[in-house]
Amino acid sequence: MDIPYTVEVRRDTGLNNGKIGIWLFLASEVMLFGALFASYILIRTGSPSWPRGDTLLDVPLATFNTIVLITSSVTMVMAWASLMRRKFGTFRIYMGATILLGFVFLIVKYFEYSHHFAIGEGPSHNNFLAIYFTLTGLHMLHVFGGMVVNAYFWGPGAKLYQTNPVWFTNRVEHSGLFWHFVDLVWIFLFPTLYLL
Amino acid sequence: MSDHAADHSTDDHAVDIDKHVKVYITVFVTLMVLTVVTVAISRLHLSVPVAVTIALFVALVKGSLVAGYFMHLVSEKRLIYAVLALTAAFFVVLLALPVLTHEDGFWIPQAAEPAAAHPEAEHK
Amino acid sequence: MSNPADVVHAQHVAHEAHHEELGFWRKYVFSTDHKVIGIQYSITGLLFLLFGFSLMMLMRWQLAYPGVPLPLIGGLFGDARMPGGTMLPEFYNELGAMHGTIMVFLGVVPLAVGGFGNFVLPLQIGAPDMAFPKINMLSYWSLFLGGMTMLGSFFVPGGAAQSGWTSYAPLSVIAGTGQTWWLIGMIFLITSSLLGALNFLTTTIQLRAKGLTFMRFPFFVWAQFVTSFLLLLAFPPLEAAGVMQLMDRVAGTSFFMPSGLIVSGQVLANAGGGNAVLWQHLFWFLAHPEVYVLILPAMGIVAEIIANNTRKPLWGYRAMVYSLVFLGFMSFIVWAHHMFMTGMGTAMAAFFQTTTMIISIPSVVILTSLLLSLWGGSIRFNTPMLFATAFLPMFGIGGLTGLPLGLNISDIPLHDTYYVIAHFHYVVAPGTIFALMAGIYYWYPKATGRKMNETLGKIHFAGSLVFMNVVFMPMFIVGLAGVSRRLFDAGSGYDFAQPTMHWNVVSSWGAWLMGVFQIPFIFNFFWSIRNGEKVGDNPWEATTIEWAAPSPPPHGNFAVAPQAYRGPYEYSVPGAAKDFTPQHEAS
Repeated sequence: MDIPYTVEVRRDTGLNNGKIGIWLFLASEVMLFGALFASYILIRTGSPSWPRGDTLLDVPLATFNTIVLITSSVTMVMAWASLMRRKFGTFRIYMGATILLGFVFLIVKYFEYSHHFAIGEGPSHNNFLAIYFTLTGLHMLHVFGGMVVNAYFWGPGAKLYQTNPVWFTNRVEHSGLFWHFVDLVWIFLFPTLYLL
Repeated sequence: MSDHAADHSTDDHAVDIDKHVKVYITVFVTLMVLTVVTVAISRLHLSVPVAVTIALFVALVKGSLVAGYFMHLVSEKRLIYAVLALTAAFFVVLLALPVLTHEDGFWIPQAAEPAAAHPEAEHK
Repeated sequence: MSNPADVVHAQHVAHEAHHEELGFWRKYVFSTDHKVIGIQYSITGLLFLLFGFSLMMLMRWQLAYPGVPLPLIGGLFGDARMPGGTMLPEFYNELGAMHGTIMVFLGVVPLAVGGFGNFVLPLQIGAPDMAFPKINMLSYWSLFLGGMTMLGSFFVPGGAAQSGWTSYAPLSVIAGTGQTWWLIGMIFLITSSLLGALNFLTTTIQLRAKGLTFMRFPFFVWAQFVTSFLLLLAFPPLEAAGVMQLMDRVAGTSFFMPSGLIVSGQVLANAGGGNAVLWQHLFWFLAHPEVYVLILPAMGIVAEIIANNTRKPLWGYRAMVYSLVFLGFMSFIVWAHHMFMTGMGTAMAAFFQTTTMIISIPSVVILTSLLLSLWGGSIRFNTPMLFATAFLPMFGIGGLTGLPLGLNISDIPLHDTYYVIAHFHYVVAPGTIFALMAGIYYWYPKATGRKMNETLGKIHFAGSLVFMNVVFMPMFIVGLAGVSRRLFDAGSGYDFAQPTMHWNVVSSWGAWLMGVFQIPFIFNFFWSIRNGEKVGDNPWEATTIEWAAPSPPPHGNFAVAPQAYRGPYEYSVPGAAKDFTPQHEAS
């Protein structure tokens, strides 16, 4: 007996299992980053002085990274739209672009990190850098996780398209939801850490 | 079979998918503009409360655009809204956490000090 | 492909064929079948309960006879822990911290949610399996890794975590290596719970049988549903806190470390500026909902068994469901009642005290409904029912003694005394664990096709009930005398603790004798797999859908997808031919 509603939607909820699963997962992610944001606010308001982000961090690089991540969100949603139009070739191009842009983001982040370590500003330097490394580090792990899943759907996972295109499109949509969420977190991280 | 029904609905989607794509491009451009705007505002070196308000407002708009259009929340099923509403409620509780660690003064900043001083005077 | 339906069908056939050739490893170890995973969870949970209980029995020796060498086995623990058989304070602290952690996160939760939830919930809603079987497997193995990390931490230099199960900063940040292992273990356990929770929620919403509306759910399904929401939304803040504490310990940050902290006469070199109370907030933001994670599945199990054995519908089913949902919601805004002593303002204390009083109302509604369900029933006192009935007064004591702790005035003298220990152990040990025992006796026939032995079960019950109370009742007295729960010698150095010292001896002997009375259970559990009385699919003549499946249920559970025609507890329907009308029987 196969598990129902993996592909088709259940009539009364109007959803398939994967869609509910990914949204529940994102709900827990909201609480994860929410706790870190709350900690950030608490530590910042409790400290006598707090550095402006741009005195310690590289705003142009981060602005570039913001643009990279937003662009990757668009390519992600375009990858899904290509599948909806049943254009597998276009899907591969957009999905490939999404993964590459994620990669660019990580490389830029690597340069930012290594610069900080080179001048001895590690996470233990002060609480601003502590929360900076924790938040961006956790966010980078999410970017990496999203890239792994996307790479799977770009490569070996794409076999499913041949046998069940609807299911494959759904799975890409769900992986996209996660990717957009990662983008969304960055949209909040960028001003809070770099600009304020 | 229900599989067939699902495929059929996909075809329906394919008709207006072009409309979707146009929306995605518009949202993309808006997000870019807002990114530049928020960086530009930070160059003005406004006072912290004002800067925080503006930056978070811009971030909120950008976030809503991503959630609404890229994540299709503008046309999602009721169940997803319910889950997110519940999450939002507890998220607010979580963000209230820094406030909760404050002493009474945070709630009644003016009244707190004289009220605290008063009983001491009586004891004397 | 022009017709995906055909392809799906072809895949389906291939899938079925594939299942028949599953080897031993795929079938029993890395299984994706919810029943196998449920049993894996249950066995793991039971083993950890036994292990956590053993840690406590060691501690009880030290508390009853402080400084006296432990006879017979005292030499086994080595000079680093118990030189000459006498327990070192550090080792006592390890035992205390790990007893709490293991009992809560590796004992009760895996058994109540992972075990019963996995095994029973899909069957009760008439589903073929969980919605995401592979994630389900991942969830179990994540728990397994977490458990192994916790066990492994006993063997690192300096021993396991010593900062209590709450791991309060800054003590936990400056503690030895074991604490790092504790944090890594917790991250595995949290991941496991999150994956499990989203799976339960999706399964309950999507895979329930045709006709099984939410108001036709057995109470157990409702309990698991609310519990899963708590796990899903309350655990991530602790994960965040765990990551921050890990950063504090490994990367030298100061999230929880105030400036200028002096340890052993030296000012710490940290950057400082952190907030130790932040850890408490984040910890209790999880850990208060966690209390309801411990108790709600237990209430669900008890509700099933009481309805079945009184042969009556549950009294006030709707009120119980609404109370449950309200309870789940409120459990997120009461956490700071654990923190009245952190110097919080009076306005905040008043707020949390009020929410705490409010949350006791739905608990009382559920307990009262269960109690009134007994009224006028022709009760069958089999082993599951004995445990379920005992749950009511035991949980009642636990709940009522919690009220003075929720009011900040009375919390001040009681905080961190043995009174607190007695209170929450009455909720969790004779409360939840009795319910879990009831559940094991009740669903054992479904898992194995055989009943557990009734005589041994009754011996197990009687001994456990008596000695549970012998263990915990004296702790109220010790606690009211003001003895702190953290003292490794039970306060033998203090004058004020002297009048209550003998109660520690009573508690300890109660604990050891309770251990003896678990032997019939352990024997019964294994013996009955082969030698228990053979029974049919529905030995208790129950109404819920899990009893429609064969015992033990095959892969995929039901030959034909069941359908629900009525509410869950149609017992003794006037005019019906038999005294139970199953949910899945068309009228």
